[in-house]
Amino acid sequence: MLTNPLTKNITKDNIAADITRYLANDGYQGWRKAHSMAPDDIITLVKEGGLRGRGGAGFNTGLKWSFVPRGEGSPKQKFIVCNADEMEPGTFKDRLLMERDPHLLLEGMAIAAYAIGASVGYIFIRGEYHLAAERLELAIEEARSRGFIGNNIFNGEYSLEIFVHRSAGNYICGEETALLNALEGRRAIPRAKPPFPQVSGLWGKPTVVNNVETFCNIPHLVALGIDWYRGLGVGQDAGSKIFGVSGKVKNPGAWELPMGTSIREIIEQHAGGMRDGLRLKGFLPGGGSTDFLGPDHLDLPMDYDVIGKAGSRMGTGTITVMDDKTCPVGLVLNLTQFFARESCGWCTPCRDGLPWVVKVLQRIENGEGLPEDLELLQEQCERIGPGKTFCALAPGAAEPIQSALKLFERDFLDHIKKGCCPYK
Amino acid sequence: MSSLLEPEAIEVMERSNKDPDQFSGTLTDEEKREIDEEAAHYEGKSSVGLEALRIVQKHRGWISDSSLQAIANYLEIPVAQLEGVATYFQLIFRQPVGKEVIYLCKSASCWIMGCDQLQKHISQRLQIEPGQTSADGIFTLLETPCLGDCDKAPVLMLGDEMYRNLDESAIDALIEKKKQVHADKSSH
Repeated sequence: MLTNPLTKNITKDNIAADITRYLANDGYQGWRKAHSMAPDDIITLVKEGGLRGRGGAGFNTGLKWSFVPRGEGSPKQKFIVCNADEMEPGTFKDRLLMERDPHLLLEGMAIAAYAIGASVGYIFIRGEYHLAAERLELAIEEARSRGFIGNNIFNGEYSLEIFVHRSAGNYICGEETALLNALEGRRAIPRAKPPFPQVSGLWGKPTVVNNVETFCNIPHLVALGIDWYRGLGVGQDAGSKIFGVSGKVKNPGAWELPMGTSIREIIEQHAGGMRDGLRLKGFLPGGGSTDFLGPDHLDLPMDYDVIGKAGSRMGTGTITVMDDKTCPVGLVLNLTQFFARESCGWCTPCRDGLPWVVKVLQRIENGEGLPEDLELLQEQCERIGPGKTFCALAPGAAEPIQSALKLFERDFLDHIKKGCCPYK
Repeated sequence: MSSLLEPEAIEVMERSNKDPDQFSGTLTDEEKREIDEEAAHYEGKSSVGLEALRIVQKHRGWISDSSLQAIANYLEIPVAQLEGVATYFQLIFRQPVGKEVIYLCKSASCWIMGCDQLQKHISQRLQIEPGQTSADGIFTLLETPCLGDCDKAPVLMLGDEMYRNLDESAIDALIEKKKQVHADKSSH
């Protein structure tokens, strides 16, 4: 039984699986099968398969697709868009998938496009991913020459074009409505929701935006079915996932593992545990906008709802490990500097709030913090939190800050009391 | 309204309006052809502002005021709209940069692995702070958000290439190599 559908074509060398290798390993079988199904049945299958968005939000993918208006009277032109703007600090999974198995993404996009009735797809890739973009462009040509995309696919009526859009370095483009504005050639500022993109997206047409890894789950889910897919997970959630670890561990990297794999297994077994002489002090479970968790959480399974109940989010599933010789205040400062820099500037709490937080964190790190600063930081987190801003950037920025205040309070207090960073 | 401005301010504005760009305010045929190629993938020319900026920057090194105006004219969009796009993205340059732009990753994983120390090392070696260009015009140092190579931190990007698992000696070797490339070029 296949247990590594996302990485089965990925070899140790740094080359991409070309069309020959991809086809030899059952490539495009999911697309062939989907093409013989009714679009509604594909959506139901994906919904019941339990695939949840791998970009971080964890929304049921089939459910997301089902919001696209269908049938008579619905707009003819629809779009499928791949969010390949991977820029969440500590996240390096989509790069791997695109550089090494670009056809898997194309196949997933083709199935999704067919299911929602889209005839054009865009891969919105960050401008820094040169190699991934080149390999995707090459794969598109290969897939077109074999008739998997282009006109009259499988000699039927359905036609699909997929284009690569290279962005130019901006975190907020990962927010799906900002991404759509960028695709339209505008400044990438998030849009008000509703309307949601599924109803009014790219150029006002129904649009589904999914993450790279989400699309990569589709071909095998369709080809091998719901029972097989649900059986891949060892916890509550279905499927497998690319989990990764960075930081001062012995063997940083990314691995495809069952959903529900324990954090301890990922860090200690696959990443080889901490480097000699270091202890794990805390970790971000899924990127810079997720709440810190501590050693007490190591035995939790990587399932969306479990990590949510523990007070964080699974996010992108790429774990950033913080050791006991790294200053938590410095790390939180670094993260907040990132979010302040990447704020699009549209709404005040984010544009003005984040630089203010940076200022307070900087003075604590410099040893010039005031006793009332911790309360101030807490208040700032509330003011940039959910419901106060136009999009999720600032609330995401608040997550590592407020969790660090709880988990590493002693470190913050030490900085203030000693008048210096004790880690330097 | 001009009476509200001090004479020095007017002088500064006039000076900054003198475009040091060697290129004229029109696009070359090649640039237009490449832009048209991209435009065929979208709903009209007005959508390819970023693509056009990238194409023109590829040929000219950066986007001057006159290049910006020329692109806006060609795409038939307001120049202010295009400026909004140009200033939004870190890979578009609205001022000249060195021949080699070093993007040093400063995000969480690279920070844990010591990118601050690497930045100091580069700054000392090239005598530039982030955002500046070295005196010989070869290197510009920029700090960039996460480059998505966190398991190989610390990393930097130069041109299309990633440089991974960096330390000071790897950086020294890279700088020397690039210096040599440009020394060879200028001697020919």
